[in-house]
Amino acid sequence: MELVNLAIKAIFIENMALAFFLGMCSFLAVSKKVETAMGLGVAVVFVLTLTTPLNAAIYNYLLKPGALSWAVSAEVAKDIDLSFLGFIGYIATIAATVQVVEMSIDKFSPALYSALGVFLPLIAVNCAILGASLFMVQREYNVTEATVYGFGAGVGWWLAIVALAAIREKLKYSNVPPALRGLGLTFMITGLMAIAFQIFGGIQL
Amino acid sequence: MDKATKSLLIDPLLDKNPISIQVLGICSALAVTTQLKTALVMSVALTVVVAFSNLSISLLRNKIPGSIRIITQLAVIASLVIVADQILQAYMFDVAKQLSVFTGLIITNCIVMGRAEAYAMANPPGRSFLDGIANGLGYSVILIYAAVIRELFGSGKLLGFVILPKFDAATGEGWYTPNGLMLLSPAAFILIGVFIWVQRGLAPKLQEKA
Repeated sequence: MELVNLAIKAIFIENMALAFFLGMCSFLAVSKKVETAMGLGVAVVFVLTLTTPLNAAIYNYLLKPGALSWAVSAEVAKDIDLSFLGFIGYIATIAATVQVVEMSIDKFSPALYSALGVFLPLIAVNCAILGASLFMVQREYNVTEATVYGFGAGVGWWLAIVALAAIREKLKYSNVPPALRGLGLTFMITGLMAIAFQIFGGIQL
Repeated sequence: MDKATKSLLIDPLLDKNPISIQVLGICSALAVTTQLKTALVMSVALTVVVAFSNLSISLLRNKIPGSIRIITQLAVIASLVIVADQILQAYMFDVAKQLSVFTGLIITNCIVMGRAEAYAMANPPGRSFLDGIANGLGYSVILIYAAVIRELFGSGKLLGFVILPKFDAATGEGWYTPNGLMLLSPAAFILIGVFIWVQRGLAPKLQEKA
C-alpha cells in the first residue's frame, strides 16, 4: 500500500514535468505530434524504471556514509563519505544504461528501435532522469521504493507530454497571433496545464 | 573589439537567447525563480560552469573520439558541477538547501551540453570561453526577469527587503495583497511565455513559421 501511494504521488502530485519542470527541453521540443510524444514517453518510462533503482543501489551500497560496510569493517566504513561523487556516478550510470538499452533494443527488436531510436540518445541528457535519481537520494528511498518512484515519475512525465502533444495538434486549426506561435504559446499552455495539475496538490495519501 | 567577438558576446543576450530562442535550459529557469536570491546564485553558478566546460571541451576537442563524445562531455561537466556544488554547500549553505536538486541538474542543463556540442567542439578555447559567458548571461537575463516579477508580486519583497508592504487587516498597515499564484509553478511558464511573446512581437524576424 505504501508503494502504491508512492507511485500515485510520483505520477500526479509531484508530476515531473508540471510540478518540478524537469525534462522541459524535450518536453517542449518533441510535443508537436502525439505519435512521437508517445515514443519518447515510453522510452523515458523505460529508462527511469531502470536507472533510478540502479542509482539507488550505487548510493546505498557505495557512496553514502557507512555504505561500504560490506567491504570493510563497520567502524572504518562509517568514516567514508563518498556522496560528493554522486553526480558523476549517476550521470555515468544513466549514460551507460541509455547506451546499453539502445544497443539491446537494436539487436532484439528492430521495430521498437526504429520507433524509439531517435529519442534514446536524447534521454541521457533529459533532466527528468537525473532529477529522479537526485530526488531519490534526497528522500533516502531504498532500491524497491526507487523502482516504484522511477516508474511513477516516468508515467507522470509520459502522461504530461502526450496531453500537451494532443493539445498542440488541435491548435494547428486556430488563428494564433504570429509572435505567439510555436514556443510562446506552448509555454502558456504548459502553464495552464500546470494550474490544472495543482488540484492534486492538497491530496494527502 | 572586432565585430565577430562583439556579436559573440551580444547575440546570446536577446537575439539568440538560450532560453527564449534556442529553447535550452528551461527546467531550472522555471524552478529557481520564486526568489531573486536563488535566481542570482543559480545564474552565477551556471555561467561559471558553462564558461569553464566550454573552455575545457574546446581544449580537448581534437582528442575526443566522436562515438563517445557525449559521455566525455558529461564527465567534464559533472566534475565542474561537483566543484560548484561543493563551493555552494561550503559558503552559502542556506541557498544550496533551497536550490536542492537544481544545482546537480546543471549537469543536464541543455545550455551546457548544447553549447559544448554546438560551439566548443568546433571553435578555439578563447572564443568558446566567451561564448560560454555570453550564453550564461543570456540565461541570467531571463532568470532575473522572472525572479524579479515573481518575488515582487508574489511576496512583495526583493532580495528579502520589503518593497510592497503587505496589507494587514488587524492593524490596518500596508496596502499590498500578495498574489499567491506568482509563487506557484504555473506563473513561471506564463511569465516566460509573455517574455517570448513580447520579444517576438518587437522583432518579427524571430517569429516561427508554423
